[in-house]
Amino acid sequence: MTGKQKKVLIRICVSAILTVSFCVISISSPYLRFGLFLIPYLIIGYDILRKAALGIFHGEIFDENFLMALATVGAFVLGEYVEGTAVMLFYQVGELFQSYAVGKSRRNITELMDIRPDYANVEREGKVIQTDPDEVPAGTLILVKPGEKVPIDGVVTDGSSSLNTSALTGESLPREVKEGDDVISGCVNMSGVLRIKTTKEFGESTVSKILDLVENSSMKKSRSENFITRFARYYTPFVCFGALALAVLPPLAHIVMGNPANWSVWVTRALTTLVISCPCALVISIPLSFFGGIGGASAKGILVKGSNYLEALSQAKYVVCDKTGTLTKGVFEATHMQPSNGFSAAELLEAAAYAESYSGHPISKSIKSAYLSSDAFSKAGEMDLSVVSDVEEVGGCGVIASVNGKKVAAGNAKLMQKLNVPFEKPKKTGTQVHVTIDGKYAGYILISDVVKPNAKEAVRDLKDAGVRQVIMLTGDSKEVADAVAAELGVDVVKSELLPADKVTEVEKLLETKGPKEKLVFVGDGINDAPVLSRADLGIAMGALGSDAAIEAADIVLMDDDPAKIAAAMKISGKTLRIVHQNIVFALVIKFACLGFGAIGYVSMWWAIFADVGVMILAVLNATRTLKN
Amino acid sequence: MKKKYKIEVDCAACANKMEDAAKKTAGVKDAVVSFMAQKMEIEFEEGAEISTVMKNVSKACKKAEPDCEIFQ
Repeated sequence: MTGKQKKVLIRICVSAILTVSFCVISISSPYLRFGLFLIPYLIIGYDILRKAALGIFHGEIFDENFLMALATVGAFVLGEYVEGTAVMLFYQVGELFQSYAVGKSRRNITELMDIRPDYANVEREGKVIQTDPDEVPAGTLILVKPGEKVPIDGVVTDGSSSLNTSALTGESLPREVKEGDDVISGCVNMSGVLRIKTTKEFGESTVSKILDLVENSSMKKSRSENFITRFARYYTPFVCFGALALAVLPPLAHIVMGNPANWSVWVTRALTTLVISCPCALVISIPLSFFGGIGGASAKGILVKGSNYLEALSQAKYVVCDKTGTLTKGVFEATHMQPSNGFSAAELLEAAAYAESYSGHPISKSIKSAYLSSDAFSKAGEMDLSVVSDVEEVGGCGVIASVNGKKVAAGNAKLMQKLNVPFEKPKKTGTQVHVTIDGKYAGYILISDVVKPNAKEAVRDLKDAGVRQVIMLTGDSKEVADAVAAELGVDVVKSELLPADKVTEVEKLLETKGPKEKLVFVGDGINDAPVLSRADLGIAMGALGSDAAIEAADIVLMDDDPAKIAAAMKISGKTLRIVHQNIVFALVIKFACLGFGAIGYVSMWWAIFADVGVMILAVLNATRTLKN
Repeated sequence: MKKKYKIEVDCAACANKMEDAAKKTAGVKDAVVSFMAQKMEIEFEEGAEISTVMKNVSKACKKAEPDCEIFQ
């Protein structure tokens, strides 16, 4: 509790004790009674009265201070001293609770995002000095011991260790770093001492950027928040005039009809409606819900740049994904080997790997790496490149070389046709590398981009979360794209697209979709910035360390796990559900109480519940967004 | 020209009042107050004298909500 909160708590206690004791002792003199109850009332309510008075002078009449001051002063005028004091007392209890709950949520969220480093160990003249990260210029040598956070982005100059990135990515797998590797601030050093040369200032480092992004997310307000602000602006004056009408019109009507006016009854009812009507429950609980949702998401490595984006995500009906790097790893791997003519798979791979050993082409590299991880290689122990000679690259077709005295040709179908060798047509899709050994066809190796292990689940989860269509865009060939789409269960595939075509495709989709349906584009954030900004909502993944991606997207996934998209949608859905629950719950209780209050069925005590009770329940409900 | 300021304010409705008051101040193009982050972002109009404008923003906010603080 802060000092301010403690002061309010003391005032509440003193005032409550005084009020109760004055209730217990019966006081006959009405003047004495008034004088005595005035003490706890002023103790608890002086600041509200002051604010209400200042508000009137400044022309800001209709706010909750005014409502409370009017209601309680009114109660005193009617001689309802206990009620008047109690209303003020409960109002303050509610305010205290609200400020405490909000402070606690804020702290919880900061703890979830516990990546802010407290200090940096700077080496100066052989001594290590703890310095404020803000004061460390780029290019300084810093020391990070095991258990400490990396305070500033930099390059390892000495030492090796594993880093825990879970605070940034939500991923528990540690990342190994050694001399020469880039390290990102916010990671926790787990094993060895690292000497790091900083490449940025603290303000430009990943940690600062992420913290900034999360803190500023509440600046971009959602439609629900704006709705409540506008609502409160019209609602409070409306209620005040309503209450005034309720206090004046029925008694006047009674007088006209010749009945007794019953002023005190109607004024009491009017005051009750004033107490009920306070819009605090909504005004506080809705931003709190969004703040909690964004905080909970960031703990999972999902950075949402604004409440409005979190809100829009729950209405996502079309998810457009880039293929390479989003649904697939973007790395080529040998996925299938089909030996023929009596050759073994190991022979096939070995021959291809040696023949391709001098080439730097991605496909050659993937064959080599497949060979290096095969059993044949571990038996041989090393790759002796001296056996390779007479390497001849056939442009656009493949390579021909002499390996161990045998003539090996490795390449695509065109190469086989050139060499006049009959070859098998692969049944599966992918880039084909056919191999001949001494003119004899030895089989083929299929190379393809590998689908991420959880991409299929990710697509299914998206459907479960209410997405109507998952669309995949790719520059790849139709065959490959269709195969990947069928494997993942994607609804629509558009293949062989140029980068500019992707924008056109997204624009086409934007035109056909309904006004309340949102289109989300998911990419790796590196070369799809135009599409990211064109879609209703841009999600960039694998953003750890990529400033461009963090800049371009509305929602940033720190690692490249496609399952996080559905996870983000779930958080968004939950947050919006809680927001709607609070809006409906608060308005239903308030309007019900207002209605019953106007016809006299609600006492001042119920009115206090409708105000403070509803607010406390709404705040408690809102804090659920933090727990995922 | 946008600038962020740390603020201290006790209730969400008060934060909304500050936002309204800041928006109406001369020299301010737009203002956003986040109660949760306890921050205020002011977008100044072209050529506005920032320190004078902020003095007025401070004054306007105090008037709308006596219990608030803007740290500059």
